[in-house]
Amino acid sequence: MFTKPIHTKLLYIVIFVAALLLPWYVPDAYIFQVVITSVIFGIAASGMNLILGYTGQATLAHGAFFGIGAYGVAIMTEAGISFWLALPAAALISAAVGLVVGVLTLRTKGAYFAIVTLCFGVIAWIVAGNWIELTGGHNGIYGLGDPTPIPFPFFGPIEFTTQTSMYFLSLAALLVVLFALYRLVYSVFGLSLMAVRNNEPLADAVGINTFATKVISFVAGNFIAGIAGGIYAIMMASVSPSATSYLLTFNFLIFVILGGMATLPGPVFGAFAIPVLMEFLQFLQDYRHLIFGALLIAVIIYFPQGFVGGLRRLNQKIAARRKQKTSES
Amino acid sequence: MLKLRNVHTDIGGMQIIHNVSMEISQGEFVALLGSNGAGKTTLFRTIAGVLKPNSGTIEFNGVEIHRMPVHKIVGLGLVLCPQGRQLFPQLSVEKNLLMGAYPMRKDKMRMQKNLDRVYSLFPILKERSNQQAGTFSGGEQQMLAIARALMSDPQMLLLDEPSLGLAPLIVKQMADTISEINKELDTTIFLSEQNANMALNITDRGYVLENGACVLSGESSQLQDDESVRKAYIGA
Repeated sequence: MFTKPIHTKLLYIVIFVAALLLPWYVPDAYIFQVVITSVIFGIAASGMNLILGYTGQATLAHGAFFGIGAYGVAIMTEAGISFWLALPAAALISAAVGLVVGVLTLRTKGAYFAIVTLCFGVIAWIVAGNWIELTGGHNGIYGLGDPTPIPFPFFGPIEFTTQTSMYFLSLAALLVVLFALYRLVYSVFGLSLMAVRNNEPLADAVGINTFATKVISFVAGNFIAGIAGGIYAIMMASVSPSATSYLLTFNFLIFVILGGMATLPGPVFGAFAIPVLMEFLQFLQDYRHLIFGALLIAVIIYFPQGFVGGLRRLNQKIAARRKQKTSES
Repeated sequence: MLKLRNVHTDIGGMQIIHNVSMEISQGEFVALLGSNGAGKTTLFRTIAGVLKPNSGTIEFNGVEIHRMPVHKIVGLGLVLCPQGRQLFPQLSVEKNLLMGAYPMRKDKMRMQKNLDRVYSLFPILKERSNQQAGTFSGGEQQMLAIARALMSDPQMLLLDEPSLGLAPLIVKQMADTISEINKELDTTIFLSEQNANMALNITDRGYVLENGACVLSGESSQLQDDESVRKAYIGA
């Protein structure tokens, strides 16, 4: 009966329940803050995974689109627009900028695409630091209010003043994003993304409009980045140019690669595991980057599909061996 | 069905195809012969729309296709099966086949019908529908590549050197399968080959390409007896 050592469904249910109950056993506010940040970064990394993992286009502008979402929400809520309107609007702006950038940059391939998008990422960061009238320069925008309470029948309005409420807001967003990605990736369109990644000339030859496919994936991924950025801004109650930084892009990149490219749980796992790892290695100070670099290289060589991909392969292998044993006896 | 008029194609400033004109009608089985570097692949890629001709026109069923993007040409029923057993190696056999039916992705019924038809033509693919395509042997990969091309139910199939790198016994099987597709499914086939003997045995007509120009054409049986063809391609 127990053919596979890890039951995915059971595992997901356990994780889901643990996530729901988290506010009641989390030890302190600092760790809670780290967890909420991980949830938000998990959303952003999932969006990057759509572009990088499933479609095979190495975008290095993800931090910039995260930042556009963050600044969008900050500027709009400062102007008195409700957060609930500002969040989708900011994500749409992120997607629209993604459309313009994607149409221009997706004509390049491979490393060239990575370079061009990295340039855009750096430009976005410079603009955020210097367009003082709009972004507040390097000081950024601070003192953002809480999201307006949602009126709810029977229970009264739901307020968003506590850490717990922020946590559930980001958790809900993560689940919605993961569900949307699940539907997308397992559709014919999702298959065509993987076809583009696997063999682009052939994808062209079977009649896939490869350019349009890449642009749609890029725009959708950046929309998700915008949502994550918007929630990040309201959670921090402030935004500064570091929210558009290319350093953030490389964090997302590491979450996707170490967690597991082209797997849905991978980037989320990465977004949780890597900050924890960083905390444990804190005593090494700057030398921890040395260990980190070695780890990254080892994973790319031995587990090209990251932690989740490696675990899946192990799971299948053990299952196959058990099956063989039962058929022998 | 397919009409090429004075087609010229450049790659990186070098003219590869010179002034090629040809005509293929419905249901025909035509060979394109030529040695390495003669321009067979370039000509096929030009017809399929992957490359654009510098001058000349290409018509398919009366529609000018030489300026159309590839995916629109596939939608018209003209499908290229590229050289070198091109697959999506990380996807399963069935997903590879489903990708072949991409132009009709909204019509699930027709997709399923075509899948069943392709499975009945290649029973081995049904047995292994969940296997990763990259783990197949050379002959099986070529079968899968042809099967995938058939998934969109094309009117005309361009097969670019399906025998490349296959064992002689497998080449024989492949030739039988291709003939069967032409006769049973009534698919017009344009087959590019270096293996002139095999190609001329199964086709009705043939064109001979040399240095990017069409130097000879005629009935396959005539070409088989032609002195220059024998010397250059059959070696007897």
